[in-house]
Amino acid sequence: MITRLSYYPGCSLKATGLEYDLSARAVCRELDVELTEVEDWNCCGATSAHSLNSFLGLSLPARNLAQVQKGGLDVVAPCAACYNRLRHAEYHLRRHGRMGTLLEKSLGFVFEDRVTVLTLPDLFVRRVGLETVLHRVTNKLNGLRLACFYGCLLVRPPRITGAIGQARDPDLLDRLVASLGAEPVQWSYKTECCGASQALTHPEVARAMVSRLLEAAREAGAEAVVTACPLCQSNLEMHGSTETGLPSFYFTELMGLAFNLPEAQRWFKMHLVDPTRCLACCRGSASTLLECK
Amino acid sequence: MTQSHCVDLQWQTEITRLSGQPISLCYQCQRCTSGCLPAAHADYTPNQIIRLIQYGARERVLRSRAIWLCSSCYACDVRCPNGINISDVMDVLKEMAITGGLAPLEENAPLFHRLFVKDIRRRGRVHEAVLMARYKLRTGTLWDDLPLALRLYRRGKLPVLASTVKQKQTIRRLFHLAESSVKGGRTDQ
Repeated sequence: MITRLSYYPGCSLKATGLEYDLSARAVCRELDVELTEVEDWNCCGATSAHSLNSFLGLSLPARNLAQVQKGGLDVVAPCAACYNRLRHAEYHLRRHGRMGTLLEKSLGFVFEDRVTVLTLPDLFVRRVGLETVLHRVTNKLNGLRLACFYGCLLVRPPRITGAIGQARDPDLLDRLVASLGAEPVQWSYKTECCGASQALTHPEVARAMVSRLLEAAREAGAEAVVTACPLCQSNLEMHGSTETGLPSFYFTELMGLAFNLPEAQRWFKMHLVDPTRCLACCRGSASTLLECK
Repeated sequence: MTQSHCVDLQWQTEITRLSGQPISLCYQCQRCTSGCLPAAHADYTPNQIIRLIQYGARERVLRSRAIWLCSSCYACDVRCPNGINISDVMDVLKEMAITGGLAPLEENAPLFHRLFVKDIRRRGRVHEAVLMARYKLRTGTLWDDLPLALRLYRRGKLPVLASTVKQKQTIRRLFHLAESSVKGGRTDQ
């Protein structure tokens, strides 16, 4: 059965998060998910717009919701920050308080609350289903020990994201990578902050935050970290991976690898820190794809 | 008794109204702070910022480095036993510090945020390469990350052409409305 969805890439997936975009689209294709890019989408503003002006921080994502509503399909936002801003706008439109009314008026649309905003893990675990994913796996990531890093914006704040009960110890990514044959490790830093834009404005603070994270992942026995956000991925790669030698993957890349997609090799070459080292010595058949480089 | 010895309760009322958060409920349990990673690098911890708001110490708060170290991770919101969404309070404070011209000059975050939204205003989307270059130029660190920029470029991650929104007039209208909301005071939610 084909699932049709709107796709909101956001700015990062067209640039620093390019391999996330490519792998997300490829994996969706394999799972019969047909994606249509949101018509004339604009930047969600994260995280600068809401720090400067509350109206701007909500009206930018609200315009995207208006565009999605026109298309009539549920929307998936791979970037955690974009997802979070879309849900913030949705929250205010739904409440229909002063801000919600102002948003509708200024965008000239009536919010009908017909479409759902999804994260990619949501899509694969809750819509497509783990059984379908499992069925597609031809190249099990046997025993690859992974620390799933959710970061902040995929789950928090739960009143906005609806991740009630999942805000402190989410498990969608863990279940997903387990279905690929990998071994998710238990660790306490799943939902810590990667430092976000502090990487630019206070690099020393971001570096300290990322080092702590990677150290914790290593201590838990992980061979790599798995992300679902372009900012988390960039920060982990630029501010820590080279020191600790712990690579990071977008979870969609690992799905592509487990589905035996030949283009996966291209995605890995786009990383700043070569992530294939841990796969080369991986005990599974995954290593055959990468020819133990 | 001079007025300076009095606690200015009005400011707390104002922040409570603008953020929609029950600031007076804070009893200093410090759960927010124990979950805040950048707090160790800040001049005030989140619980201290809340206390200073209760004291009406407007300038101290708005001139602080702490509000710019907040990366809106919402950890404090989840932790607060009194349901104070401190991230929402931080957003109000950042907006106030900028509009009141009180953000410390040595802080780079306000500059970064301003350049970021400027880029959105121009194209409706952010062109990461141009934004980084502008930011690095303004902070005098243009050459620091040049090797990194080259690595990104080689990996196809710094597209030369910027993508643009077709309905630019809608984006511009949102910016005009945002600016008038500043003049008329923040829109409470």
